[in-house]
This record gives sequence, structure tokens and C-alpha cells, in this order.
Amino acid sequence: MSQLLPVVVNVNGTRYERQVEPRLLLSDFIRHELGLTGTHVGCEQGVCGACTILFDGQAVRSCLMFAVQANGHDLRTVEGLGTVEKLHPLQEAFWEAHGLQCGFCTPGFLMALVPFLEKNPNPTEEAIREAIAGNLCRCTGYYNIVKAVKLAAEKMR
Amino acid sequence: MNKYIGQKIKRNEDPRLLTGQAMFVDDLDLPGMLHVAFLRSDYAHARLNRLDVSAARRRPGVVAVYTAEDLGDYWRPGPLNVPAPHAIKGTIFHRRTQVPLVKDKVRYLGEPIAMVIAESRYLAEDALTDIVVELDPLEAVADLEKALAPGAPLVHDDLDSNLAAHVVQEKGNYAEARQRADVVVRRRIVVDRGAAAAMENRGIVASWDARSQHLTVWDTTQAPIPIRNGLAGMLGLSEHQVRVIAPFIGGGFGPKIMMFMPEEILIPWVAIRLKRPIKWIEDRRENFLATSQERGQVHEAEIALTRDGKILGIKDVFLHDTGAYNPYGLTVPLNTQTHTTGPYDVPNHYTEFKVAFTNKMYVTPVRGAGRPQGVFVLERLMDAAAKELGLDPVEIRRRNLIPPDAFPYQQGIIGQDFIWQSYDSGNYPALLNKAVTAIGYERFVKEEQPRLRAAGKRVGIGLACFIESCGVGPYEGARITVEASGKVTLATGVGTQGQGHFTSLAQIVAEQLGVDVRDVHVITGDTAEFHWGTGTFASRGAVVAGNAVHAAASRVRSKILKLASQLLETPEEELELSNGQVRVADIPARSISLGELAIRANPMRGSVEPGTEPGLEATDYFGPKYGATASGVVAMIVEVDPETMLVEIKRLVVAHDCGTLLNPLIVDGQIHGGLSMGIGNAFYEQLIYDENAQLLNASLMDYLLPRSTDMPPDIEIIHQETPSPLNPLGTKGVGEAGAIPIPAVFVQAVENALAEPGLEILETPLSPNRLFELVQAARR
Repeated sequence: MSQLLPVVVNVNGTRYERQVEPRLLLSDFIRHELGLTGTHVGCEQGVCGACTILFDGQAVRSCLMFAVQANGHDLRTVEGLGTVEKLHPLQEAFWEAHGLQCGFCTPGFLMALVPFLEKNPNPTEEAIREAIAGNLCRCTGYYNIVKAVKLAAEKMR
Repeated sequence: MNKYIGQKIKRNEDPRLLTGQAMFVDDLDLPGMLHVAFLRSDYAHARLNRLDVSAARRRPGVVAVYTAEDLGDYWRPGPLNVPAPHAIKGTIFHRRTQVPLVKDKVRYLGEPIAMVIAESRYLAEDALTDIVVELDPLEAVADLEKALAPGAPLVHDDLDSNLAAHVVQEKGNYAEARQRADVVVRRRIVVDRGAAAAMENRGIVASWDARSQHLTVWDTTQAPIPIRNGLAGMLGLSEHQVRVIAPFIGGGFGPKIMMFMPEEILIPWVAIRLKRPIKWIEDRRENFLATSQERGQVHEAEIALTRDGKILGIKDVFLHDTGAYNPYGLTVPLNTQTHTTGPYDVPNHYTEFKVAFTNKMYVTPVRGAGRPQGVFVLERLMDAAAKELGLDPVEIRRRNLIPPDAFPYQQGIIGQDFIWQSYDSGNYPALLNKAVTAIGYERFVKEEQPRLRAAGKRVGIGLACFIESCGVGPYEGARITVEASGKVTLATGVGTQGQGHFTSLAQIVAEQLGVDVRDVHVITGDTAEFHWGTGTFASRGAVVAGNAVHAAASRVRSKILKLASQLLETPEEELELSNGQVRVADIPARSISLGELAIRANPMRGSVEPGTEPGLEATDYFGPKYGATASGVVAMIVEVDPETMLVEIKRLVVAHDCGTLLNPLIVDGQIHGGLSMGIGNAFYEQLIYDENAQLLNASLMDYLLPRSTDMPPDIEIIHQETPSPLNPLGTKGVGEAGAIPIPAVFVQAVENALAEPGLEILETPLSPNRLFELVQAARR
């Protein structure tokens, strides 16, 4: 086993300190070291977008980074968005518009959309489709996801 | 008027899914858990000459390494999940099911050869590089049409050829009908392979409790009960010593049915042997190589018609690629046979198929399951016949639809449920009219298309009709309990992979018991909670499980009314169930809550009368006499860019009939998802194998799933509700609907848009480059 390196990260406002192998993927670190299993892994090739998280506020694919690269950074995962009791407006919109079926890809969509909606409070349908083109969903045909994003934009304005 | 059934109700399961709190198999982390990596073959067909795992066993962090030899008596071919249809006379079927680990010969790319168990997945994968394996490559059977040629290499050396099955069925007398025909149109039609590609790969966690002698398995399966029963048999345990849980599943689409894929057979065995929890999570590459696939068929089909376009008969002789093994019997090609006449009145139908073994991953149902091939063949024949006869494509279809008064209609072929295919109900002409009107067919053809063409735009329209046999037996069951809190728990055996069972099934309960949908707690896919049933497949959840829930809820309702009638001293007919209360209809103040009734039905003192059962609970089952038949008509307008051959879907209309809608929100969602898979099957998704049966695009970078920007801007769905007479709720299935007709309508619209004389598309999936090649060939 290779040498362990320290990682100190702030995830959803909580500070975590861990010793990890340099090769440990950030997605595996979040899921299995920190137990935040809402971030899902669909391909580990950076294509499907299920593992999308916010890295210093920017949407990134956590399967394409090593945990050690997150040292000293601020992360946000789906667990930091809303709770079952108090959903984030984006989550509410997905619920109301039936924007999810199996729900496996959903956390990745939500995390990709948070910064998008912050920058684009009034997006066109085309812009929405572009914004989610890097996230794959096999259940919804994206139709209700697009509707959910429009609804979320209204709720968040 | 139903209060809950038929309403657009937000899903009960969503808050947990939206907040990352829903548990998927890979979310499990048990103390002492070990991880698995498989050494998989890099060749599709090879002799295993030497396998040395000793160095891997010595690597620190590795706990065990197993080869076929180490499995001892446990090594045996997997179960035949669906038997051969011996009800069909003359059926030939050679059973060759998958093996847990390669013993002597590799038969498909990615077949597992050895398994490493280590303290982490990283370490397990490291140890794969320590394994010495010598494979002697053999000539691969990569081409379906060459598989049955004399002298072809054999996938299974003990067979005389690669023939896996042969089935002939006939309704009427096609040869005689052909002689009477004015026109006979014959085509060779090819449908290639695709992947199911659920966003969640497969995964299994198994945990053996040595003290209680109890095995718990968390499995990404659509059918936990058959898996429990099968595992118990293989492992020599009682069925009650095995609990299989299918928690939240990230999409199923077929390959997660009761498959007993090698990993599913091996992981529980290792957990018992090592007395530690074992986890295996498939990665995406493994999913491409070693999860079952579907669609490969080659058809020689012909249609015989009168001069005015009336079908006299259809003949279809086809090859079906089953890959290296055939654990799912003949479900897929039988579905093709029962969908090659569609919604049309076809008096004579000859259908024959041969199934071939090839050195590719084995084939089992993928959303659509043989139906898209049948519909593609049929609708291509209809288009070719329309051209031959100079008829409008809509008109030739209209002339042949089964009339509304002809139900039940005998299709005349035995289907995948081994029962003569019979259409229960429908109104196909009305459905066709709805689609034609919604897309504005005539206006497009007469006004818009000429105008757009004049402006240089290659726009075209297509329309296709289909049926979906669905909701097949044998049965499902449900147990419903009113608890002391007044809330209701429903347990059923079917697994759930996103279809909304936590809501639609709760709606059925709410309708009977007058409780809020949110107060119905639904448990699916846990054999400890309910252990009778088969699973979620063949678009059967809403039909078979839905009606089992309805039956159980009706029985609980009777118990509620009986007890409340005694307590409120009022005849049952005067009672109503609403807002969690039983009330005397005219006097709302005289009421009792369901929670209070549940307590009274399960008293601590006194006695429960002889002949009655304690509690407000009932279990019931439902099995349909035969499967229901849903139907639909899709219409599509496309624009093709003649430079890039990219196709843009401008409009997509679906007129659909799945009987009673339980929750229109969920039904529409099912259709949307199916359509996107159909669009993938039509234009994006093709598993490309080379002549060595190497898969050239085994990643999501190279195998293209439709993205948000590939889908049409709008999907217009029109529902027609013709209830099924085969079940009390009148429901039919919808899970596969969208996936079935899209390749057929897509190629028709693309042909129409390109308007190239001589261009006839007789294959799917297409791609821009393939379309370019076809256009070039047509111009030569």
C-alpha cells in the first residue's frame, strides 16, 4: 500500500480530516470515507454526471478527481442541498414535475443545476437542455427534468 | 369518480431520492466487509490453458482468490430462468446456461475467469494483475448469419452446430393466402444489438450470520423472490434462511430480472465461506461486457395483400442471436413472433425462427424485449406495401386495423407466457385518428412539407402503429395491514426500479380504504416482508401487482366495514371510509378512526370471535387469465441535415391506450423514458463488435445514450382509456411502450424527409455515418 496523505475538506459546512491513499477517487472518498452516499457513481469515466458535486461552488465530476486534490477546498453534495423535511426549491420542483424516476442520476443533475440557476435565473429551454447535456438519465427522456428546471427557476426568482 | 386512482399525485418516494437518503446497493457499508474484483476474459472465444492465481493470493490485503476449480461442486451451469415453450409443437431448444467461472473455454468477451476478494476494491483490482492466465484464442462466432453456416466454429463443442432453438408457428395457411394475393412484398430486415445501460450498474452485497445461520443478500434485481428461492436451492439452505432485498434500484430495463448472472451466484457463496460480508459493484466497462443485451435479429419477411391494400398474410423467417448462452429461454423471439402482426387483422401468419449461439454476451430481455423487432419488421413491410400499391402510409394502416368490435381478437400465435396470444380490448381506429389529428398529418403533407421543401429543408413525417402484450401472469400478491396509528402498510413482492410503485400502489390502497396516499407505507422487494410473487418485468407491475393490491385492499375494506358496523351499530351500506375514518354517511359525527378500529380488531383482552382473524389485515393474489394488450400510434416529424446526416426530431406525438390510468404523471413518465430508449435504438445506440467479437465501444464515451439535446423539444401524449376486461382495475402495461415503435417511425420519417429515390432503410440502429452510406448506395 502506498503512503497515506492527509486530506482536510469542508463538506456541506462540516470539516473532515482523513488520511487517504493518493489514488483514492474523490467520489469514493465522499461515499465510502465520509459516508455521504447521495453522490452516485455511474461510469467512473466522467461521462454520465451522476457523481457531480460542487467544488468551491463549481460543478465537477467527483469520479475524475482524486481525494487529495480536494485538500483545503469546500465541497457541497446533495446532502447539503435540502432535507426531506425542508427541500431546496430545486428539489421541490423535481418532485412536483416528476423530474425523477429511479432517482440514481438525480443528485448529479441537482448539483449541476445549482450553479447554473444561480447564474441564469431566467433560462431558456435551450439553455436548460445545454446545461444538463452532460448528465445522462435513462428513465425520464429529460422531458420532465426540463420542466422541473423551468419550475425551479420560477421558485428561485 | 375515483378520488385517488387516476390522479396526478406526486410520488411518495421522491423526497428521499432527492436528498440522497434513499439506499442503493452500493450505499451499504457493513463492518468487516470485503470487496470483489473479477478477472475477465480479453477474448470472446478462447481455450483456457493455464491459470495461476498464487501470486494474487500472496498480495497483502487479499483474503481469497477463487477459480472454477476452487468452487468444487458449487460450479455448475446456472438455472434456466424460463423453460422452453413445449406447448409449441416441434420446438427444438438446446439449453446452455451461463457458468459461474470459466473452466475450460471462454465463450464471450468479459466472461469471468477468477475472482479476487480483498480488503478494498482497489486492492482487489491490483491483485488481478498478479494472475497469470494463458488463453488460446479460437475463431469467434461473431456474425449471426454465419453462425449457422456449415463448418462454423462451435460455441458449445458438445453440440453439432450453433443452433440453440427452432420454432415454427402458423395461423391459417400463408402459402394458400399468398397464391390469392395481388401483391407480395418481400424484404430482408436487420436489427442490431444495444445495451440496457441503466445508470446504476449491477451490484450485490451478501452477509452470512453464522450464529443465526441466516443469509442476507442485497441485490440490484427486479425479481428478489425468484433470486431468494434459487439461491436457497443452490446453497442447500431453506428458503427461510435466505433474505433477498432489492432496495432502491437505479433503473432495471430487463437485465436485472432474475438472472443468476455469475456474480449473483458467486458472491453469496463466498460470504458463507469466508463468514464476512462481501460486496461486488459492477463498473461501467463490466456492464458493457458482462451484463446481458438484446435486439440482434435478421428477418426475411414478406407480406401478401390484395390490390386495395388488405393484408392476406405475413410470413416472417428470422434468425435470433442469443449470444453465448440462453438462460432466459425464448422469451425475446417469442415476443417478436407475437408482435409481427401488430394491431392489424392478419388472417394468415407463418412465423419461424432459428436461434443461434454466438460468442457475444448472452441475450435476455431489454425494455421492449423482442417487440421492437416485430414492430420494425411489420411497419417496414407496411411502408413497402404502401409504396408498391401507391397508397398513403396512413391509409394502408387504417384499412387493416382490427375493428373495435372484434375483441377479444385471437392473434393465433403462442406467446412468451406460453398462452395463445389474444388481444383483450382496444379501439385502434380511434387511436390512429387521434395521432393523425394531433400531428396534423394532412396539413403537413399538403401544405407545410411542400413549403419547407421549397425552402430547402429536408423534412419528413412518419407514423407507426403497435401493440404491446403486457401484464402477463403468473401472479403477484400483496399484504395490507391497518396499523394502530391508522396508517397502512402494504407489502408486495415486486421490486421497484423507478416506476413509482410507492405511489401508484398506495393510490390503489387509498382508494379502497379512504386514507391519504402519504399514509400508505409501501414495502417492495424484500423477501422477509413478502415472499410470493415473481417480479417486475414485461410491463406487469400495474396490472398484476396492482390488481393483487386492489384485491387485498378490498378484503381489508370488508373487515373494516364489518367491525365498524358492529361498533357503530349501523348497517355496512350506510358507512363510508374517508380521511382515515369510518363514518355513518348521514351523521359525520358518528365515526371511528381506522387506528381505533385496528386496536379493537387486535384486543389485549376479551376474545376474537371464532371464525374471524385478528387485526385489519389481508393478503390476496391476482393472476390474469392471459396478458393484456396495450396499443399505441406514434407520429413523428423530422428534419435531416443533408450535409451531416444529423436528424432532428421536430415533433413527436404518441396516442396511447393502456386502459385505466393509475397516475397519469407516472404513466407519462414511463412513456417519455421508453421513447428516449427508442430514439437511442433508432439513431444512437449500437454495440459494435468486430470479427473477433470484440466490443469496440464499451464505454459511455463511445456508446451514445440520448442526451437532453438529442430529444425533441416536446412530447405530445394523448391517452385513450379502453379498460382491460381481464382485471378489476382495467389496467394494462406501459413500461415498454415508448421503446417499441420508435425505430419504425423514425426510419419512415427519415426516408420521407430525404426523398431519395431508391432509398429504403431496412435496418436499425442507424447513425449519421450509416445514413450517409445508405444514401450514397441509393444514388449509385
